[in-house]
Amino acid sequence: MNLNDLMIMRHELLLTLLAVVILVIDLGAGSKYRSFILPVAIGLFFINLLIGFLPAREGSLFGGMYHTSNLIILMKNVLNIGFFIVMLQSFAWLKKEENHLKMSEFYVLLLATLIGMNFMISSGDFLMFYLGLELATIPMAALAAYVHHQTRSAEAGIKLILISALSSGILLFGLSMIYGTTGSIFFSEVKTSFTGEPLQVLAFIFFFAGMGFKISLVPFHLWTADVYEGAPVNVTSYLSVISKGAAVFIFILVLYTVFTSIDFLWKDLIYFIAVITMTIGNLFALRQKNLKRFLAFSSIAQAGFILLGIIAGSKLGMASVIYFILVYIFSNLGAFGVVAAIYNQTGKENMEDYNGLYHTNPRLSLLMMLSLFSLAGIPPVAGFFGKFFLFTSAASGGYYWLVLIAVLNATISLYYYLLVVKAMFINKNDHPIEPFRSDVTTRIGLLICTAGIVALGFYSAVYEWINTLSIGINGP
Amino acid sequence: MEIHGYAFTLYILLIPFLLFIFLGLSGHRFKPLISGIVGSAGLLVSFALSLITAYRYFFTSLHGEDGYSAIIAMNSVWLRLTEKLHIDMGILLDPISVMMLIVITTVSLMVHIYSIGYMKGERGYERFFSFLSLFTFSMLGLVVATNIFQMYIFWELVGVSSYLLIGFYYQKPSAVAASKKAFIVTRFADLGFLIGILVLSYTTGTFDFKTLTDPAGPAVTHAGGATFLGLSIITWSLILVFMGGAGKSAMFPLHIWLPDAMEGPTPVSALIHAATMVVAGVYLVARLFPIYALAGIPALNVVAYVGGFTSLFAAVIACTQLDIKRVLAYSTMSQIGYMMLALGVSGYGGHEGLGFMASMFHLFTHAMFKALLFLCAGAVIHAVHSNYMNEMGGLRKFLPITHITFLIACLTIAGIPPFSGFFSKDEILAAAWHHNKVLFVVEYLVAGLTAFYMFRLYYSIFHGRQAHYHHTPHEAPYVMTIPLMFLAAASIFTGFIPFHNLVTSDGMHLETHIEWGIAIPSVLIAAAGIAVATVMYRKESTLPARMASTFRHLYTWSFHKFYIDEVYLFVTKKIIFRYISTPVAWFDRHVVDGTMNGIAWVIEFTSHRIKGFQSGQLQQYAIVFVSGAVLLILVFIYLLY
Repeated sequence: MNLNDLMIMRHELLLTLLAVVILVIDLGAGSKYRSFILPVAIGLFFINLLIGFLPAREGSLFGGMYHTSNLIILMKNVLNIGFFIVMLQSFAWLKKEENHLKMSEFYVLLLATLIGMNFMISSGDFLMFYLGLELATIPMAALAAYVHHQTRSAEAGIKLILISALSSGILLFGLSMIYGTTGSIFFSEVKTSFTGEPLQVLAFIFFFAGMGFKISLVPFHLWTADVYEGAPVNVTSYLSVISKGAAVFIFILVLYTVFTSIDFLWKDLIYFIAVITMTIGNLFALRQKNLKRFLAFSSIAQAGFILLGIIAGSKLGMASVIYFILVYIFSNLGAFGVVAAIYNQTGKENMEDYNGLYHTNPRLSLLMMLSLFSLAGIPPVAGFFGKFFLFTSAASGGYYWLVLIAVLNATISLYYYLLVVKAMFINKNDHPIEPFRSDVTTRIGLLICTAGIVALGFYSAVYEWINTLSIGINGP
Repeated sequence: MEIHGYAFTLYILLIPFLLFIFLGLSGHRFKPLISGIVGSAGLLVSFALSLITAYRYFFTSLHGEDGYSAIIAMNSVWLRLTEKLHIDMGILLDPISVMMLIVITTVSLMVHIYSIGYMKGERGYERFFSFLSLFTFSMLGLVVATNIFQMYIFWELVGVSSYLLIGFYYQKPSAVAASKKAFIVTRFADLGFLIGILVLSYTTGTFDFKTLTDPAGPAVTHAGGATFLGLSIITWSLILVFMGGAGKSAMFPLHIWLPDAMEGPTPVSALIHAATMVVAGVYLVARLFPIYALAGIPALNVVAYVGGFTSLFAAVIACTQLDIKRVLAYSTMSQIGYMMLALGVSGYGGHEGLGFMASMFHLFTHAMFKALLFLCAGAVIHAVHSNYMNEMGGLRKFLPITHITFLIACLTIAGIPPFSGFFSKDEILAAAWHHNKVLFVVEYLVAGLTAFYMFRLYYSIFHGRQAHYHHTPHEAPYVMTIPLMFLAAASIFTGFIPFHNLVTSDGMHLETHIEWGIAIPSVLIAAAGIAVATVMYRKESTLPARMASTFRHLYTWSFHKFYIDEVYLFVTKKIIFRYISTPVAWFDRHVVDGTMNGIAWVIEFTSHRIKGFQSGQLQQYAIVFVSGAVLLILVFIYLLY
């Protein structure tokens, strides 16, 4: 292996370099120059984002522990886009006085999780997968507890670390049984010797539970609401979008390339989990008054919809999942961006605080409306096509009843998304939120989200491109 | 076939769209005048690009033995339904779409410039211009559509922007009612259009115009397939598609929205309800013409008779109306009837295609002179603040430019040589003569009526008794009169454009000449119409009143527009509302709403009951987590496998 081969890991190497650079600048720079760290970090990450799109080599490293392909690079780029938006959105908040001492920490921790996710997606065996997963999870707990002097935030951190320890334990137990029954941890070898005997089913369901924790599928979802509510808004948006997206990516890759011999089993399992996830997520979201909590539960329901794309097991299914996540990044980050902007300005995050927002902040309200429409799947914004493709792929796999249930759930979700729109546009309020202008970075972040929501709906080439790279159970 | 070098045509559409967004979002930040100037300047660019496109397409592109062929300037798949069936968005250039680009951008530009003066001081000035841009964009998208679904999307967008513009004075209840009426009636017609599209694409397996209109394509070859009530499926789909076209083009009996649409600002009437949107139906039939002519002759006959009847019907009503804009509205219906009729009597290819070419020719000239008439009417209304001709009279001294241009437009529409209307109308009459003598006679009659009612209008406004005006009427500013003069020039000279070489049914050149045996009698009939109008209305006299009482019944029927509105009201209010809607509403309120409320209640209730799971207790979360996993294992290992 020479240096040239190492460049296959370009994504991970650059991110690590970036994290180290930020750390070093933070140590070296006096408090005077501290304020430059954030813009520099954003600028460097933007360059990294662009480099990510340059053509790259496919291949594997370390005896097959690490491998990459154009499909995986596409997934990483999708995550990078979302990460960049989160960076922009958190800028204003980090600049605040109380975060002055620890602002670069935030980006370093965030980058560490992204590196973990990248390794996880690129993993060629279960060890690398597990390491990546942990690297993606543990710093997350520190991030959730970022505002540690607030009880809520500290509580979120501790809850996340404990429940993730539990889930890791179960996952690891499952992995060890996979190793025990097949004699290997390499994906390619597990694939050939996995037969679906009862112990392996047990192992698989433990593995599934661990992934279910990351994707927040029912019944492994209960941590979500508390953590999402307690953690700072930007961490919540990151958790609900990027972290979840990465987990879905590796989940679908593993299902489609490793557990192909028991696809009948995981299809039944996903069928069941999808139904309860969509339904329970919606039922909880209906009652939420706090917008962060509301978006948390709606993101559980969205995870249920994503399972519809996975269940098909086809190339179309994978394409629809990746496309949906891309759209979901823009839509959910758009919604969270508005919530964050308003929270930073006024400290308010309840639904009734948004009453009459349209009259004071029309543009924010319009963007919020666009994002919620996209989440609800109203044409012609991108979210409609995202859901449409998911449903199409499930229907082409013959899951008509599941699609019917999903459509009913989409209708229920429309109700609560429109509640927010109603609050902003129709409800009266004697003391609406004062008109304000957020800073440049927040606005750029929101602008990117808007552009994504609108453009992906009209520009079909993106989907076509994803479709050419995707694979099904039976290969491309 | 993708030909490079026409990619710039995208900007023709893009500019109005961007203007719409820009003026809509931030127009209120500038002085109103800026919106008007920016809008007009943008349209000027679109107009120039359209001219370049037309020049390149007609005069420099290669067209050999096959005549003018269709060019796909750009295309992209927008929504892929299956591998074969997909909805594209693109730009199709062929003789009729290039011609329409010219028509739309010319009239739109003139209307934009004119509106800078006309709308001065109105509330919502920038809103007006942003809607105008939206309309222009939608209409351009409609004509360049590469497939019937794209056309349908833009078709509806056109409907929406028309709705917005008719209801521009939304404080006025009559304007709101008119905009609703226009929207609902055309939407109802579009239902037929949509079903037609679905049937057509189901039978042929494509939305694409090039495949559909290919004389050897699936649409034509499938024509002999299954039949329904004695007509082939293709024919039925064409009749349904024509229903959509008839709605937009205000053909009888779906015409009732057009006269009311005159509630909109006058420049809007000129742009939408005279020159562009209302001819969309004609354009639609022309776009699908090969199928009509080769596979759906019965559908084509429907087009011909509906067109012929509407032209006569509307002309009779126009003779008795008092609101000058309504006279023009009925006249528009009548002229569009002409165009439909010309398409209906046409065949495909060679000399048979005379009617097609005549229809397009008339569409072009009509756009110019009818826009001119409306803009003149706007200038008159601007001067006297009334729409009613009995409150006008003797205005020729006060409005010299408007007077002259209006007279030119009247002579053009009456078909007096050498104005353009003469040439295009003559081609239509010739086409009718060769195919259908009954319709030919009807058109002669309509020609006479047209000349009569136009000059009745002309004399009532500009001659006769001078009404008492609150203040002395004055000529409109130059920003309004310059478009009038431009359009007057266009009305005079467009008749000399060699349409038979450019726009034909199959793209080939067509040999035509003026058939004097048809042209001379038609001019004489028009002259007679003018003469009668002169006698009756030039000087104030009791003759019109005596005529009205002699033909009392005809006059009253015509004055009340043959009671078509009342028939619709009777059918909707007394029959549909009472015997269908009321029971349905009861069912909806009690059974449907009851079920839905029940479901909502159940969901609320469940949602309330399961709240306990979310306790905030980490121990409990862990228990649910682990027991969930164990339960799944039990179910999957012991129960299922």
